[in-house]
Amino acid sequence: MHQTFNAALEINLLHANQAGADHNRSHFDEWGITCFNVMSSPGAGKTVLLERSLATLGAQFKIAVIEGDMTTELDADRLRQYGVPVIAINTGRSCHLDSKMVAGGIHRLAHEYNPREFELVIVENVGNLVCPAEFEVGEHAKIALLSITEGEDKPLKYPIMFQAADCLLITKMDLAPYLEVDINQIVANVRQINPYVTIIPVSAKTGEGLETWFEWVRRQIHQKSEHQLPLSISCANQ
Amino acid sequence: MHETDMTKALIMTVKDWWLAQPDKPQVSQVHLTVGKFTCVEPASLEFAFQVQTRHTFLANAELIIRETPLIAFCHPCQQEYRPEIGIQYACPICHSPMEDIRSGRELKIDRIEYNSQVESYYAPNL
Ligand SMILES: Nc1nc2c(ncn2[C@@H]2O[C@H](COP(=O)(O)OP(=O)(O)OP(=O)(O)O)[C@@H](O)[C@H]2O)c(=O)[nH]1
Ligand SMILES: [Zn+2]
Ligand SMILES: [Zn+2]
Ligand SMILES: [Zn+2]
Repeated sequence: MHQTFNAALEINLLHANQAGADHNRSHFDEWGITCFNVMSSPGAGKTVLLERSLATLGAQFKIAVIEGDMTTELDADRLRQYGVPVIAINTGRSCHLDSKMVAGGIHRLAHEYNPREFELVIVENVGNLVCPAEFEVGEHAKIALLSITEGEDKPLKYPIMFQAADCLLITKMDLAPYLEVDINQIVANVRQINPYVTIIPVSAKTGEGLETWFEWVRRQIHQKSEHQLPLSISCANQ
Repeated sequence: MHETDMTKALIMTVKDWWLAQPDKPQVSQVHLTVGKFTCVEPASLEFAFQVQTRHTFLANAELIIRETPLIAFCHPCQQEYRPEIGIQYACPICHSPMEDIRSGRELKIDRIEYNSQVESYYAPNL
């Protein structure tokens, strides 16, 4: 006997990824870690920003980095020079990190170190302005970077990332004098879709804006530690 | 390229459902709702689905996508409007930012159609 049935699912097609992200987040919460997901188009300056951030914040907080890269460990090696654990994840042909890949990184971190010692885990996503924003990895905040060289229209053309961001860094500000880019227009375009996002213009080269960024990071870490919940989770399927 | 990953995510989610079914039924159709304000292009998703489901439990399944428009609600104006994706998202009347999205962000598996034999039958473990 053969019969046709209908199952009303009504579930998000990213459900499996979301479940993984929730798993990761409960690890972070259990260990008292704040996690950032740093995203941008290729070359906007994520790795250089992390280098500058590790140089300063590394002295105040215990930080680890989960570094997503399609094929190489080049960025991971750069960051290792700052004396922090860097877990490199090669995504192969995927253009973003998903929660499962990041779970692999988290479990490795927990295996090789005492995860309770860490206060901040920074996930550097694969350079791509489109879909990293749809794939949560368990972060507490999304940091988007847009370099000033990319032009005013990017927030309008790739709105999802800018809508999802908690903090937007407009990078490479030192190059602004050489370009015909109107930063006020960038800000206005972002505000159309995300009126509350914190926007910080920075230059990793001159140091402009970096102290404002560090202060934002410190505040996130402190807010997190004030809302500590004792949790215990299992990783049966990992 | 991200449709490849979206499709992987979709297949994983359907597979979770399928594995929870005691008789591992034959899926014939997967119905999706995809909003215009997502990073998914339906044609690419359909293509990726065909390619990625080959030789899997979804090999004979058809993907059916319903698109929903981007609709936002402006609170100052107390009315809905349709932002122009890529051009303008703020309210065309009062220029308030787009805050309250009523439609267009869906990435949803609505329902699955499947054939099931009433007697139990063997399904290869994929
Ligand atoms: N002038 C200037 N150049 C910068 C700045 N920040 C980064 N760059 C340059 O931009 C290029 C890319 O920087 P990365 O930090 O590697 O960019 P990324 O976002 O990590 O790149 P992917 O990981 O490949 O996506 C490098 O040549 C940097 O030196 C800045 O503030 N000013
Ligand atoms: Zn786990
Ligand atoms: Zn993608
Ligand atoms: Zn209005």
